[in-house]
Amino acid sequence: MSSIGPRAAKAHAAKTVKKLEGLAKDTLQMVKGGKNPYMSIPTRTLANVRFNQKSQVIELKGDKQKRYFFNVGQAKRFMQMFLVANACKELIGVDKTTSIRDLYYMTKHTLGQSRQNTFEEQEESDPIIEDLEVTVDALREELNLFASNRGSLVGELTLVDAGDVIDGRRMGSGGWSIPSIVEDNVIQFRKCDAKFILLVEKDAVWRRLNEDKFWKKHKCILVTGQGQPPRGVRRLCRRMTRELKLPLYVLVDNDPWGFYIYSVLKQGSINLAYESMRMAVPEARFIGLSSFDKEKFKLPNNVVIRMEDVDVSRAKQMLSYPWFQRKEWQREIEHMVKTGAKLEIESLSNRGISFITEEYLPKKLRDRDWLA
Amino acid sequence: MASRQREISISEFFTKNRHLLGFDSPSKALLTAVKEAVDNSLDACEEAGILPDLLVEIRQISPERFVMAVEDNGPGIVKAQIPKIFGKLLYGSKFHRLKQARGQQGIGISAAAMYGQLTTGKPIVVTSKTGKGRPAHHFEIRIDTRKNAPVVALDHQLELEKDHGTRVEIEMEADYRNGKRWLGRYLEQTALANPHCKLEYHRPDAEPLIFPRAAEIPPREAVEIKPHPHGVELGQLMLILKESRARDLRGCLMHEFSRVSPTVADQILKSAKLSGKTKARVVGEDLKLSEQLHRAIQATKIMAPPTNCLSPIGEELIHKGLTNFLTVTQEEAEREDLEQLELQAEKGKGRKKEEAAQKIEEAKQKAKAEAILEAQGGQEGEEVIKGHKFFITSVTRPPKVYRGNPFQVEVGIAYGGPLPGDKPVELYRFANRVPLLFQRGACGITESVIRTDWRNYMLSQPKGSLPVGPMILFVHIASVWVPFTSESKEAVAHYPEIISELRLGLQECGRRLAAFVRKRQSAEYELQRRSIFELYIQEIAQSMKGLLGSNPERVKADFMKLANKFTGGELTDEILTRASEKLAARPRTAENEMAKEEQ
Repeated sequence: MSSIGPRAAKAHAAKTVKKLEGLAKDTLQMVKGGKNPYMSIPTRTLANVRFNQKSQVIELKGDKQKRYFFNVGQAKRFMQMFLVANACKELIGVDKTTSIRDLYYMTKHTLGQSRQNTFEEQEESDPIIEDLEVTVDALREELNLFASNRGSLVGELTLVDAGDVIDGRRMGSGGWSIPSIVEDNVIQFRKCDAKFILLVEKDAVWRRLNEDKFWKKHKCILVTGQGQPPRGVRRLCRRMTRELKLPLYVLVDNDPWGFYIYSVLKQGSINLAYESMRMAVPEARFIGLSSFDKEKFKLPNNVVIRMEDVDVSRAKQMLSYPWFQRKEWQREIEHMVKTGAKLEIESLSNRGISFITEEYLPKKLRDRDWLA
Repeated sequence: MASRQREISISEFFTKNRHLLGFDSPSKALLTAVKEAVDNSLDACEEAGILPDLLVEIRQISPERFVMAVEDNGPGIVKAQIPKIFGKLLYGSKFHRLKQARGQQGIGISAAAMYGQLTTGKPIVVTSKTGKGRPAHHFEIRIDTRKNAPVVALDHQLELEKDHGTRVEIEMEADYRNGKRWLGRYLEQTALANPHCKLEYHRPDAEPLIFPRAAEIPPREAVEIKPHPHGVELGQLMLILKESRARDLRGCLMHEFSRVSPTVADQILKSAKLSGKTKARVVGEDLKLSEQLHRAIQATKIMAPPTNCLSPIGEELIHKGLTNFLTVTQEEAEREDLEQLELQAEKGKGRKKEEAAQKIEEAKQKAKAEAILEAQGGQEGEEVIKGHKFFITSVTRPPKVYRGNPFQVEVGIAYGGPLPGDKPVELYRFANRVPLLFQRGACGITESVIRTDWRNYMLSQPKGSLPVGPMILFVHIASVWVPFTSESKEAVAHYPEIISELRLGLQECGRRLAAFVRKRQSAEYELQRRSIFELYIQEIAQSMKGLLGSNPERVKADFMKLANKFTGGELTDEILTRASEKLAARPRTAENEMAKEEQ
């Protein structure tokens, strides 16, 4: 379990600052040379990502988009990049981290005598941060930024969080809140008795499992991302699978959105393709809910939710994803489309309040009934 | 009863009904008198082919008594005519002929003299000289209101410096304080419609106002024409027939009217079932025969009257007139503001005094900047006047005919500058170069302006009203006989032919205005865009300071150098179009949506 020392951290920060300064230097040079200044931003669109068959993750291709200053449609974002870059340099300089919402307020002010603001809302500043990350090739954490905390952990693991020892077995009903920065300078793993990690889409299901002490009985680490897992949760899962050599099971709703959550955990996302290597867990196992679970676990028809048109089109799109090309996956998705039925994890409670803890998951694990 | 009935002289009639001549209130009296005198002077100069040099003077004698004097450099009046022209009502040379002229009825100036005499007892004073080396005649003339005849009170000779010209002086009771606004307007607009005229206005309460001559060519002299048969009414026809000196009816038709050739005369006679050999007088005295002839004339196709009798101002001179007008009126407005400020700076106390002094300083700075701007000039159709940009354009329509009378419509606009944008446009109406100041609502010109849809031409327009915007609208009708709705000659009658011509002229100007405004809007957008870049540059410069420690001022300067290069015109537009195309081309797939939902 490695941990980097303060000196190494300092050198790392200096490198990041250099990258930010480089952006300014390049721009200044273009201006002095009488050119319309631009920055090259790797495009984060479907067209510019590719599925790497070997590493099984989504990667960014080389396409870059030029953002010019003297262009009515791009000037503001160009200017915003500099505001964010400057703010990040400041943060690194005083060795503080801040939320992206804080950063939004830090950089927000009115432009001159006009009625325009540098940023009108946070939705404007968040993509600028992502643009800056890919442009200067520095991760959000390296820019001393974090997203709001989301996600909880309990289970057979002891870790150190910012110097404090956290025992995953004694986290009460709420669990340990997973921070957005989980790099090894902040989080170090200590004693681990777990045999696997179970990531649950839904907070309510996670609570049920925690209350039933599922993790104690089955020796595991129980994690939830409360919906689409944020970067901190994904990064932590990746580190745990790599450093603790544990398999990762994923429990999501049986609907296209649930499959998508699994897909992002497994291969990474288009938007954050540049971080796939640090976040994706290609061998993640999809444990449920499967399209066939309704029959398998004798769930009544009335727990089914009808698929809507958007669901159907999403599902059909997924059929063409390279990482869903395996026969089992095609069957899974096709069955969902065919029956036109969605299932929530909670629908298992129809069979009894602790059916999921006592019957469903144990049976699935015992039968090795999962997809990868 | 019968013994108390007697003939009323025309002078007596107007003494009691002076409102009919525009002398209904002391505030209007000065204006009417000046107007009559100026109109006469301009007509005289035009007929003689002289570039007019006019001096209008108002002198205060006592709180309610003023002397108005109008002096011109016209051809002068021969001695024998002077008493009759100024001392007898309805004596004139213009009433009996068909010719484009300002005055028409010959009551004007003598009525003013009568009003003066009535309110002050003083006679009208006239000095006139007809040529170099000749003596100037100086008259004082009273009017015998019973007999409608002049009484010469004083007649002697004077030495006058100028070669020729006339000066008229009338003392009268008047209200200058309330009348001066109209007087000013009348003179301003007269100068506007007569750009070949130099006009000097000496006022009792301010510096003289001088409208310089804007054109060195006197207008083409209007030609007198005979009446066109289609414009003649029955009574008038009978009069013409009775008074004709022609040998017979056929000759009379050909001689007394325009556009009646032998063939046309024969056609009329044939359809009237009258012999050409009949004596014209015989037909004229017989109502039935006259009616027969009148109907035949109306039924016969006759060529439109000649239109070379008209003397329009012309597009170029309207343009010059508007420029001149704006220059003088802007100067005047600025001067008035400055006077107010100076007064405050002198008499005010503390902060107000300082503020005024500061504003004076600002005004001086502004004047300097304006001079520079003026030297640079503007884009096409744009005039820079006193530092303000105006768009000026004008249209002279081809001559047309209403009821046998040729007429011609001219429209001009001046748009922009400091003219108020939230008020109705300033509508200046003219008939034969005379400003029409009153009865705006009853005038056919006003109606045409209201009925034109100005919203097509980038102006707002409340329903049934004048358009709203920073604009002066100049409309002129020239005709041998302008049809007024009443004897005060302030409103043009609503003849469909005239209304239609007015509308065509207004629409043409409107189209040109719209083209200009659109062009300027895009230029303004460009400027706005540049100022946004400036704001952004400021931000980048500050960030550069944090990132590299660069001097923000220097970074700003470097960027600004580029700003002009890259934000000007086509390049930016091109990029803008491309950007919007790209945005539109990007498909909205579920993928994108999902990517968005993810943090």
